[in-house]
Amino acid sequence: MRAAIVVTPLDPSAVLAEIAGVANGASLLFVGTVRDVNDGRAVSGIEYTTYQSMAVRELEGIVAEAASRFGTSDVVVEHRVGQLTLGEASVVIGVAHPHRAEAYEASRFIIEELKRRVPIWKREEYVDGSREWVDPTATRAEAAR
Amino acid sequence: MTITALFFASYADVFGRSQLEMEVPTGSTVADLLRQLHALDPERRLPPAPLVAVNERYARHDQVLRPGDEVAVIPPVAGG
Repeated sequence: MRAAIVVTPLDPSAVLAEIAGVANGASLLFVGTVRDVNDGRAVSGIEYTTYQSMAVRELEGIVAEAASRFGTSDVVVEHRVGQLTLGEASVVIGVAHPHRAEAYEASRFIIEELKRRVPIWKREEYVDGSREWVDPTATRAEAAR
Repeated sequence: MTITALFFASYADVFGRSQLEMEVPTGSTVADLLRQLHALDPERRLPPAPLVAVNERYARHDQVLRPGDEVAVIPPVAGG
């Protein structure tokens, strides 16, 4: 298992090759990419920043927890930071397991925990030239109104 | 004693910097440090009770600080 924060483009197929093996009947790849619209605003790119040392520590903790809970050590997570354009991958999660149910659960667990507690932030840049830090808690509060 | 405060993303914008060396009395807690930080933020852009990590671990506001601690004030995270 492995977790990393990188500044270079992510390579999902390399992650898939890393986790796959004859003992695993299910290899699952999640790729998060930069979307062109958020909250109705046209997005042109995203700048990701991080508290690198803590983010790696948290990501490694999540990967270890997933490995222990779902029973596989074939788990890899890579998150990219820096300037990303539309369609580029910001996160890749690879999980392989003898069986599919656990692979799906582990993959979902990892992305939800990552979004909940890994210190990474994004500043969206909009087609109109403005840019703003994304606050998921504010979005949730507004949605709940 | 000296504490290093770290600011990220929108909070770095609030303080106009990413790092600040701060003097706090021995025995100070995270909450005491936050009071000093709020005093530096007259526009109250920093929330009353932000997330904090001490030495790369999420910490409660009643945690007692030690000399040289690295205290990160953490905006709502938005990875993925």
